[in-house]
Amino acid sequence: METNHSILASSSVTKRFGGLVAVHELDFDLPTGSIVSIIGPNGAGKTTFFNCITGFYAIDGGQIIYDGHRIDGRSPDQIARMSISRTYQNIRLFANMSAIENILVGMEPHLHSHWLGAVLGSRATREEEKGAVEEARRLLQFVGLAGKGDFLAHNLVYGEQRRLEIARALANKPKVLLLDEPTAGMNPNESAQTMHFIRRLRDELGITILLIEHDMRVVMGISERVTVLDYGVKIAEGSPGEIQRDQRVIEAYLGRGAATGLQTASDEA
Amino acid sequence: MNTQAPSFLRQSVRLGLIAGVVTLSVSAVGMAELFAQRELIAGVVTMAQVLIYAPTFILATMAVHRMGRSALRNLLAGLVAGVASALPLIVLIVFESLVDLRQFMPNVSPALVAILDFGLGPILGSLALLGVLGIVGVAAGVFYIIPDEIERPIIQGVLWTLVIGLFSEIISGRLRDFFGAGFSRLLFSGKALRPLIALILFVAITLGVRYWATRGDRMRQNISKMPPAQQRRIRLGIGGAILLFLVILPMLLGTYLSEVASNVGIFILMGLGLNIVVGFAGLLDLGYVAFFAIGAYSMAVLTSEGPLGLAHLTFWEALPFCVLISAAAGIVLGLPVLRMRGDYLAIVTLGFGEIIRILALSDMLKNFIGGAQGVLKIPKPPFVGFSLIKPEQFYYVILAGCLLAAFVSWRLSESRLGRQWMALREDEDVAEAMGIQLVGTKLLAFAIGAAFSGLAGALFASKLTSIFPHSFKLEISINVLVLIIIGGMGSLPGVVVGALILVGMPELLREFAEYRLLMYGALLVVMMLAKPEGFIPSAVRRRELRREEEDLALDSAAVLEAGD
Repeated sequence: METNHSILASSSVTKRFGGLVAVHELDFDLPTGSIVSIIGPNGAGKTTFFNCITGFYAIDGGQIIYDGHRIDGRSPDQIARMSISRTYQNIRLFANMSAIENILVGMEPHLHSHWLGAVLGSRATREEEKGAVEEARRLLQFVGLAGKGDFLAHNLVYGEQRRLEIARALANKPKVLLLDEPTAGMNPNESAQTMHFIRRLRDELGITILLIEHDMRVVMGISERVTVLDYGVKIAEGSPGEIQRDQRVIEAYLGRGAATGLQTASDEA
Repeated sequence: MNTQAPSFLRQSVRLGLIAGVVTLSVSAVGMAELFAQRELIAGVVTMAQVLIYAPTFILATMAVHRMGRSALRNLLAGLVAGVASALPLIVLIVFESLVDLRQFMPNVSPALVAILDFGLGPILGSLALLGVLGIVGVAAGVFYIIPDEIERPIIQGVLWTLVIGLFSEIISGRLRDFFGAGFSRLLFSGKALRPLIALILFVAITLGVRYWATRGDRMRQNISKMPPAQQRRIRLGIGGAILLFLVILPMLLGTYLSEVASNVGIFILMGLGLNIVVGFAGLLDLGYVAFFAIGAYSMAVLTSEGPLGLAHLTFWEALPFCVLISAAAGIVLGLPVLRMRGDYLAIVTLGFGEIIRILALSDMLKNFIGGAQGVLKIPKPPFVGFSLIKPEQFYYVILAGCLLAAFVSWRLSESRLGRQWMALREDEDVAEAMGIQLVGTKLLAFAIGAAFSGLAGALFASKLTSIFPHSFKLEISINVLVLIIIGGMGSLPGVVVGALILVGMPELLREFAEYRLLMYGALLVVMMLAKPEGFIPSAVRRRELRREEEDLALDSAAVLEAGD
């Protein structure tokens, strides 16, 4: 795939925790409208990189450019307001809030009513709330959770929680969606469904997608490009096919056994 | 079955012994003896008896519940638990007859032992106690065996009859004022219910509860079937009735009880404010009394007719300033603690509360706010030409404040801001990643909470007409926190119930007042074990029950407009 222009790019991004360099001088490009995966063994710095992009960690060097603006140094809420959404590796829903309320919180960047309006019961506030709730119900339906709006998040089953988290991220109408292991804990069938769903997000809603994934079936199945991290350093980058053939990835990271498994996975795909 | 028998007996014995130790403790600290003087039903039941039998009954009920549905085992477990609960008390009785325990435990007096052994002496008395508590245990078993729809009304009947008996003195006093001494004496003898009246009350309440259990459900169903407009009218009607009741309340209550109601109201106001900070936004604030003090001192300095008065404003002119100053103080406290969480936040706010109290006491500010001498001559609020001096009149000022605060709390809890607070409470990091501005949202919680507390403080100052630093101790912060925990975090009716139990009860029952802190602690522990969500949990926890509504609202076609 030709890179037209990238919606998100990092150059020489470094993040240290004390003596540990979690991300080291990382150059990374996310082409607009693509699906890109970041893979790597545990502790490779994938989630740390997500946290740097979303402003949760302050980076120690380099810069992150989004849509022509530098976003490193901005706070997480500012970055969310620039239409970057994310999900979490270990699902982090607002457990004691209903599904609808979770989505409404995700919609925050698009809500503007003032609290005094709520106290006085102003018309504008009521109409905004009404519209937001309708929108939230549509999103619930979109992710296949119709009718579960009043369930508390922690009472949904695991797969539903994952989908609710995506719905909450979509409520922000993101241009870029960061998915941290969206298929963790799913069986092959559910993974395939999720894969299909992620592709729909890009094809139908035009959202650029960056995902961290361990499931090689998913990675090789939907990504257009793959970036491999190891100890915070990018060791390879390219199309899924190139990554599978990359000797450094196979030897340094995947190892012989995994490499064979990967081969079979790509054959099936 | 046989192999299980020893283990289930052991469990019943253990629960029984716990009940016995509880009873032993309340006896040894002197509660039982003191409460023996308070009769609930004349010549039949004293408060001490309730205190001695209630733990046995409650824990025997627990023992019975663990047996499953088997009548024989239920009764046996109850009996075993009941008998076991007598053992610690028998030890006390026997010891007391052999040694003079008062050297070590000053409250273990012959009078106490006479309560426990029915005045029959150590041997006969112990046997009697064993028998009586055994019967109480068996009663717990019987209650479990009979169907719920009969058990519940009976238990409620007993409970409410005892509660009415507990408040005999107050109720009989009010009845005397309204209907004359003759009528009052017909129902009450001294400070207790007459036995026959108690029986009638019990039967009436039991039947009433039973009736409501069947009819109430049907009525609720009927109402839920009505069109929304009509439902709203019914809700408005209920709200109006409650309001009307609150308006005529001081006339029913009289001077003393109106005063008590006002004190409860001030705590409700503070509870509503702290409920926003702790219950909604999850920011544990232990220095909440600071804003109460700031509101009170603002009112004092702005309105006082004494030498410390600065502006000589009237109550109504000063009130908005008090609220604004407190809200500003909330923001001042909020700024340095924005990045703190949980325990750290609690410690810092605790310190803030103490700083304000010590400042009020200090010589440094003595020329402005009077130091330990406080501020005097704070006027009462004027109202169309006269001053609201009597407690019955001041009650309305506090009622208005509470209604306003409750209204604002309710509207906020269902608003976007309320949702932001909830998200903040659940997971601060994720809330921020969703685009919620932490700074503004947290400061608003602190400011609005502080404003309510400042309002309460301003009313408090005007009500007492003089204020002193010792009124603003840490204890107030703790009282308010405990009352929202007991009532149910984040629940508005919970605040009212919590304030009634924790502030109203000790004022009405002087016996309780003596052991107030002990009762707070015990209540808190029992609540956390048995009902951690509080007496009236917030709607969030009940919401799951109505999930069908949503399916109707959805039209299945619109799928994809969601994005972009």
